[in-house]
Amino acid sequence: MKWLIAVIVVATTLTLSAQNVGKELLHKPLADSWPSYSGDYSGKRYSALTQINQANIKTLSLAWTRRLVAGPPPSGPRPPSEPPVITGGEGDVVFGGATSVKGAVLAVDGVLYVTAPDNVWALDANDGHLLWRYFWKTKGGTHIGNRGAGMWGSYLFVVTPDNYLISLDAKTGRERWHKELASFQQQYFHTMAPIVIENHVLVGSSNDLDMPGFLQSFDPESGALQWKWFATPQKAGDAGLATWKNLDAAIHGGGHPWVPGSYDPETRLYIMGTGNPTPAYTSAPRGEGMENLFTCALVAVNVDTGKMAWYYQTSPHDTHDWDSAQTPVLVDGDFNGRPRKMVITAARNGYFFVVDRVTGEHLITSKFSASANWAKPELNAKGQPVRIPEKDFHIAGALVSAANQGAANWPPPSYSPQTGLFYVPTTETYAMYYLTEPDPRGALGLGGKDERAVGTTGSFLTAIDYKTGKIAWKRQYRTTANTGLTAGLLTTAGRLLFAGDVGGNFVAYDPANGTPLWHTQLGANTTNAPETYMVDGKQYVLVAAGDAVYAFALY
Amino acid sequence: MVSTRRRDVALAMLAVVWLAATLSSQEQGAPGGGFVAYPQRAPGDPAAIERGKGLYGANCVFCHGADAKGGDGGGPNLLRSSVVLDDQKGERIGPIVREGRGTMPKFQLTDAQVADIAEFLHSFPVSSRSGPSTLNIVVGDAKKGEAYVAAKCASCHMTTALKTFAAKIADSKVLQQMWLMPGNTGGRGGGAAPIQAPPISAIVTLPSGEVVKGLLSRVDDFSVSLTTADGTHRTFRTAGTRIKVDIQDPLKPHKDLLPVYTDADIHNVTAYLVSLRSQS
Repeated sequence: MKWLIAVIVVATTLTLSAQNVGKELLHKPLADSWPSYSGDYSGKRYSALTQINQANIKTLSLAWTRRLVAGPPPSGPRPPSEPPVITGGEGDVVFGGATSVKGAVLAVDGVLYVTAPDNVWALDANDGHLLWRYFWKTKGGTHIGNRGAGMWGSYLFVVTPDNYLISLDAKTGRERWHKELASFQQQYFHTMAPIVIENHVLVGSSNDLDMPGFLQSFDPESGALQWKWFATPQKAGDAGLATWKNLDAAIHGGGHPWVPGSYDPETRLYIMGTGNPTPAYTSAPRGEGMENLFTCALVAVNVDTGKMAWYYQTSPHDTHDWDSAQTPVLVDGDFNGRPRKMVITAARNGYFFVVDRVTGEHLITSKFSASANWAKPELNAKGQPVRIPEKDFHIAGALVSAANQGAANWPPPSYSPQTGLFYVPTTETYAMYYLTEPDPRGALGLGGKDERAVGTTGSFLTAIDYKTGKIAWKRQYRTTANTGLTAGLLTTAGRLLFAGDVGGNFVAYDPANGTPLWHTQLGANTTNAPETYMVDGKQYVLVAAGDAVYAFALY
Repeated sequence: MVSTRRRDVALAMLAVVWLAATLSSQEQGAPGGGFVAYPQRAPGDPAAIERGKGLYGANCVFCHGADAKGGDGGGPNLLRSSVVLDDQKGERIGPIVREGRGTMPKFQLTDAQVADIAEFLHSFPVSSRSGPSTLNIVVGDAKKGEAYVAAKCASCHMTTALKTFAAKIADSKVLQQMWLMPGNTGGRGGGAAPIQAPPISAIVTLPSGEVVKGLLSRVDDFSVSLTTADGTHRTFRTAGTRIKVDIQDPLKPHKDLLPVYTDADIHNVTAYLVSLRSQS
């Protein structure tokens, strides 16, 4: 029997080695592969690869670039060299917007998986040539972006703006199945990169119309629903109901966890940020001054049961559509002289938080946006910023910082254990917020206000010391453009910090102090976070700018 | 009542256009943001809508309001009800109407009557955005605004120039935007700027001591481009050099005041500028 078991084990190992993402790969620190949204579960976006490093960064060169063409397959005969486009979906709505890669690219076994709304591309990681494309015919919905695919074994998982979870065969792009995630009539949409944790495929919702937010867990084989966690109370007796004016307000309270979270294998907690409460601006129907749990919060959910273990609310009773959905970063390190397991986030509202990720105990709040003017100077006893109601809006306009895009947003931050610093793209903006719906019943969703941008006073690459919450260094991009946020970040063990600036440059900085070490002009701002992978002994740095993907390497 | 129907259709179409022009909440202001409007329902049968409106008025208005957004009786907003949104022809609304729910009593209505009520409810356009507002934004104290301008703005701006400026812009909200930050109407729904931002200039000092001045084309951390007085375009690579770049932004005083204003200051200055219109 022993030899038979050995054969089975060997055979299983062999099948897992080609185009497969297994438990080992997902739990490994980030290096050769990039098998999930953040590369690994920690959200650090810190790669152990060192082939490209401070000593040789000056010679980093373009390895290849690939322009991606989205949309329905072109009509007419296909040249034999052109790989197939596999189509799915039942809709007939044309999305005429520009193709923009705004999510993670998976890099597994020499293949890259790139997404945009309704489209998935498989590219050869060596030279970027197209292997296959999958196109989903949409019913419509909000085509704001797609944050990437999830992978388990040889299965890919991707969501659509018209609310489907699709599973594809990674080798061929052929569809395995699709499942409806939410009601299109209720104006839901989906953008999140599914996060695969063992036999759970996690997907968070999006909606701008007062519908409740939720995280759903699906079986990767069958697509069957395992559990559904609601971000707000849905029935009498649900936790947090006392923080809403009434049950109807809670049911329509939003809180969509639309950005992928992180995962702590030791506690089996999936830790995510939740979105803003709704109605977003005309907040009186939610209960004046009430906290509106569990919106705008860090929330830890047990991945097996879907039950919440703890929460910490980073924006009680938000009134500006500043969700706290940003990917939290898990850091193990020294805090006040003793080791701690922490979770870190820089929220859209301009404040930075450190929380104990085992217990949910609050450790630090600091303000990273100098211009943020919506909260009182003093934090409350829980360490939360306290909103100034006069800065919600005014019929004659209230000048508020930040503008709606926030001081930070979904673009992924990074943490380097080499420096102990947390890096985040930030911006300082102002807008006039006009109340346009004085009816005390408020407006639906994002309605009831007219927000007019006034200006940007700076876009920055900001490094924060998690031990103190203080800004270690802050580099203002030189620009006169009225631009806002830059895309996400990557740090590597080669003592490098990669970022796109606001002037179309892709730059490698010294993570210790923000000094630029290398740059190249892409002609457009980057639209996702840089990544790195190794194939055939060569390290590549990958980034997208709109419809083009660029890979850099040493020669 | 055909005219009412036409107005509803027109409103629905307006809502679609409005939706198409806006971005999702997830990344306002981000480039390349895409949006496909959620389709409004196809126009219903006008006669059924009229019958439904009558039935709704008799049975539902007290709790849910004439506009279905909630009424004096404390009933919820039906426009965002998941039951109403998912309903097609009364099949989801009917059971609740006939069985009641929570504090809502039962109603003895036929399938046909429920279908008419559903048709009426489905005639409301549903959007997570709202359209432009006509509320008067001039609420400030013109006298206080005049004093503020004299203290903070007079070093750059003559009263006669402010009069000309105010007379140019009829919409007070646009006027307010234009004096806060000339050239920036605020994007979405703001329209074209009636006042252009003044050009930014750059003074580049080369290691040789040569000074090149011109209007700034673009600048980043690695290079600067400008157009000199004779129309020549010049670009200087600045990274790793001793080239000095001095950017002169005429709007800097406006930007510097953003953290300083109170909202009352802003409202007062706008009221003062509006008052200058009648003097011009």
